[in-house]
Amino acid sequence: MAVQLEGVRRVFDNNHVVIDRMDLGVDAGEFLAVLGPSGCGKSTLLRMIARLSEPDSGQIRLQPNGARFETSFVFQDAHLLPWRNVLANAALPLELMGEAKPKRDERARAVLEQVGLLDALDRYPAELSGGMRMRVSLARALVTEPRLLLLDEPFAALDEITRFHLDVQLRELWQRRGMTVIFVTHSVSEAAFLANRAVVLARSGGAIKLDRRLELPAVRNNELRADPRLGQEMRLLLGAIEE
Amino acid sequence: MKKTLLAPLIPFVLLTLIAEFLVRAGFVRAYLVPAPSAVFRAMIDSRVELLQALFATSAGSLAGFVMSALTGIAIAVLLSSSRGVQRAFYPYAIFFQTVPLIAVAPLLVIWFGFGIQTVIASAFVASVFPVIANTLSGILSTDPPLRDLFKLYGASPLVTLFKLRLPAALPQLFTGLRVSAGLAVIGAIVGEFIAGGGLGSVVETARTQQRIDKVFAAVLLASLLGLALFGFINLLSHLTLRRWHASEQS
Repeated sequence: MAVQLEGVRRVFDNNHVVIDRMDLGVDAGEFLAVLGPSGCGKSTLLRMIARLSEPDSGQIRLQPNGARFETSFVFQDAHLLPWRNVLANAALPLELMGEAKPKRDERARAVLEQVGLLDALDRYPAELSGGMRMRVSLARALVTEPRLLLLDEPFAALDEITRFHLDVQLRELWQRRGMTVIFVTHSVSEAAFLANRAVVLARSGGAIKLDRRLELPAVRNNELRADPRLGQEMRLLLGAIEE
Repeated sequence: MKKTLLAPLIPFVLLTLIAEFLVRAGFVRAYLVPAPSAVFRAMIDSRVELLQALFATSAGSLAGFVMSALTGIAIAVLLSSSRGVQRAFYPYAIFFQTVPLIAVAPLLVIWFGFGIQTVIASAFVASVFPVIANTLSGILSTDPPLRDLFKLYGASPLVTLFKLRLPAALPQLFTGLRVSAGLAVIGAIVGEFIAGGGLGSVVETARTQQRIDKVFAAVLLASLLGLALFGFINLLSHLTLRRWHASEQS
């Protein structure tokens, strides 16, 4: 098990119970999508798994041993450092971990090549499109070769075509690297297209309304978007959200 | 660039010509507002005295401004370290802004004596607050997800300060420095009224001698000094921010 939540509870300062006694296990190498209405605690859940906030009670166990640098986080927007170029942004986590410059630049270059940004190393975030910025953000998250990748609605602000491209790219990266991915999204179609497993959270308390393994082929490309099996999975997820 | 320089020159030339005409035609009395040509003549006639005064005021303003910049940034960093520190000490930073400089200047003479020390102190008191306020605001408004990112990768508070919070505060820091640059010159002139020396002293002496043309010449030089300092900060801001901040990309 890569991530194990047991009886996790999180209460905000205004006594609003966001997540109440949640139990959830995520297997190593799994691609899990977390869906649910706004304010149901999806992002809070992700932040707790990343140790960016602590649960009020319950336990979150990460394996192996929850080492900090084995977890990476991709935020809703790219959130790059605007005063650094693409290469320096992608290399930032390694820099913070104390890696020497030649080594971190080499690794950042390699990961930027994987997301197709090798020709933009010297450009600054202000000179990039939204999709390119998000790819830098993805590269920054992958540069540490994390075992657990957490994504909080990363493509929500992008146009649909860019989003389709990034979905395919993310799925390929996951398959190539074999890491565990937890992907929070509002988009039923994105969740069904990307994930192996999806959980739908209830509006309050973060209760799990649906926990489903998606019956779709391992290789996901844009042709799958017209596949009736994807439509069927989407209907099931949507039904659980609207229930 | 040519257009940037030309645009403000046009109203300057026009206003100079209008002022010259108004004084020569007798619409404005020359002992109240001198003709621009008289100011120019005073500048030529008293060039040695004015240049020496300009040099002294420049030194006082610049020293006060550099002290403000360094101290202001350091104070802002300290204030940003915790809410408690901010609550305890920020009111004293505001004190520097609200204190009437002209009333405090005699005190500065008592503390620092006659001479450039008082001028520097006066320039410092006048110009430190905008640096503190703007830098602090910049540091505190660092993007929360970026703070989370640094936390996720185990960055120490010092690393977070130098690699995230201070660079993120640069645009606001430059705004503070721009305001501070002008105030440093004003502070230096006020200091010179009391402690002597520099353009402030020239203004004071010329006023008592009814040399209104010389007063205007000294005031013009003081303004040009402020403008030069402002231009220098603008250049620095442009070189630092041009690749990444909207304020320098238009």
